[in-house]
Amino acid sequence: MAKAMTSTGEAAATLERYGLTDDQLRAIFRNMLLQRQLDNRGFQLNRQGKIPFALGSEGHEAIQAGAAMAFKRGHDILAPYYRDLGLAVGIGFTPLEVLLSLFARAADHNGGRQFPNHYSSRKIGMMSFSSILAAQIPHAVGAAYAIALRKETGRAVLVTFGDGTTSEGEWHESLNFAAVHKLPIVFLCENNQWAISTPLHQQMGQPHVYKRAEGYGLPGESFNGFDPLATYDAVRRAMERARSGSGPSLIEGTCYRFLSHSTDDDDRTYRTREEVEKQRAMDPVPRFEKILIENSILVAQDADALKKDVLRETNEATDAAEAMPFPEAKDLYTNLYEGAWEPWQ
Amino acid sequence: MAVASPSKVMTNVEAVRSTLYDALKRDDKAVILGEDVGNRGNVFLITKGFIEEFGPERIIDTPIAEASIVGIAVGMAMEGLRPIAEIQFADFIYPAFNQIVGEAAKTRYRSNGEYTCPMVIRTPYGGGVRGALSHSVSVEALFYHVPGLKIVVPSTPRDIKGLLNAAIEDPDPVLFLEHKRTYRLIKDDVPDEYFTIPIGKANITQEGTQLTVVSYGLYAHQSLEAARKLQDENLSVEVIDLRSVRPMDRNAILDSVRKTHKLLIIHEDNKFGGVGAEISAMVAEEALFELDAPIRRLCCPDVPAMGYALPLEEEYMISTDRMAEEMRAMVRF
Repeated sequence: MAKAMTSTGEAAATLERYGLTDDQLRAIFRNMLLQRQLDNRGFQLNRQGKIPFALGSEGHEAIQAGAAMAFKRGHDILAPYYRDLGLAVGIGFTPLEVLLSLFARAADHNGGRQFPNHYSSRKIGMMSFSSILAAQIPHAVGAAYAIALRKETGRAVLVTFGDGTTSEGEWHESLNFAAVHKLPIVFLCENNQWAISTPLHQQMGQPHVYKRAEGYGLPGESFNGFDPLATYDAVRRAMERARSGSGPSLIEGTCYRFLSHSTDDDDRTYRTREEVEKQRAMDPVPRFEKILIENSILVAQDADALKKDVLRETNEATDAAEAMPFPEAKDLYTNLYEGAWEPWQ
Repeated sequence: MAVASPSKVMTNVEAVRSTLYDALKRDDKAVILGEDVGNRGNVFLITKGFIEEFGPERIIDTPIAEASIVGIAVGMAMEGLRPIAEIQFADFIYPAFNQIVGEAAKTRYRSNGEYTCPMVIRTPYGGGVRGALSHSVSVEALFYHVPGLKIVVPSTPRDIKGLLNAAIEDPDPVLFLEHKRTYRLIKDDVPDEYFTIPIGKANITQEGTQLTVVSYGLYAHQSLEAARKLQDENLSVEVIDLRSVRPMDRNAILDSVRKTHKLLIIHEDNKFGGVGAEISAMVAEEALFELDAPIRRLCCPDVPAMGYALPLEEEYMISTDRMAEEMRAMVRF
């Protein structure tokens, strides 16, 4: 697939589509456009003073759109982390739900309690998680254990994390336990090369997370995380392996965090513009658009129409969410325990 | 003539074992996970034979990794199982602190009820068994600050059965603390039938009029023994076994203090920031003018834990005689 991504004139002959239909390829592209648009919207709303905080996943569009295409809605479970806007949207979380999270409205899934991007939805099988890195990894393993114990074949858990998370003890403990029990789970590392301000070489002795798989007795594989189709292929094979009872895999796609860690961060304080620009040149969104056009899967006018459509959808979601009410002060006290309880105060 | 319902005499450790056994029999969703719970049957033999009967899928010998023992149980609970996680000794619970405090306790709250965490974390705690610095600590004060958790500290076999059943049934995470000195020391009649005791309900183990003593765990037994001694001296002490420290039965404490007008809190955990601090603050806020004497807390010293050498352990722990002495002084105040 790297060939297709880097080629120009010959691309039409070499596009490896991994069995995806034209519609599915366009859906992946649309997801990437929507991610970019929703991502920008969070930062815009913050700069307009409308929301206190936003987190960006720009640069993760390809890996997330590709992974989402390999996820079986209604069967699989996703245990995401906070830079998974595209995965959430790709498996059925709507733009309105994203905006409700950004605006912290009452109708948000967690009622405006959590930071933006901390999505969960029981309905689509997306587990709730906190901001504590790696804390969700054992939860995903526990969910995979439940699937295995109930002998629910054809289901698997997809758990995602960045490179930063792989330094945590619970990350190791979880892979080890999943390997011992051959659980139906895929560990997907979205390696964006930065843990806020700490580069890879200060996080690990060698830069490849997937190489650690061998130590756990698991298959490990890396792929280009700027390539949605290479991602789809790797995630699909790993998920199929998990669903069929053959056990976990550790797979890693390398991408890049184009934006600062969050609206409260300024990456100019710790990395050069040259580095960021070098990565920008490989921006997966325009590159995938080019490939689809070169392979006649998309015509330029369609691409423009899609861009207009995701902008419209994002604007409508923004207006709708903004018009909705905040949670009320009394909502601070609900859903701590089941049923009535008497706070000690 | 009423026929007594069938019952058996058992120790605290036997009560834990038989209650867990019944829970596994009753509910396929119940699983036990922890270090040495399967092949070995737990270091106190609580789960001996379980792996043969229920299989290694439900009695899970985990790697030595406390954070993920709890973390995996959280994930199991979020996806419909009823995990009973074991931390081999309470002293080993620290690596799991985030999973208990940051995750289990907050799952329902942070998802606004969309995900819940019905799980039990059992662990033996407490001293008086030559357990030294790392097999004897009390950990309740580290956790009772945390909204979203329930914390149970039963002292008798009957309470263990009723409260462990309640904990397993509970839709929210429960930290179930078993005082290991009481495991084989305390023996009593336990009804055969299934029953629960509500979490958050204290037990008045002796009624009295001149002083309220609040305790739990091993010291619930010693304080009761001390109070009985004082009866021979015509001193009347009311003894409350808290049984749960979160939620805490504030009404039982306040009602008693309004009757006796004096309060002594006895616990093995060290005094500073302990459970007794919260009780005394609550009574000071709610019933200060009912008091005829300053509130007193009789707690173990402010050192990390008891030492291994016998004199160090003895100096740390509170004797029944010391409890009686303190009660006498307070009644006479």
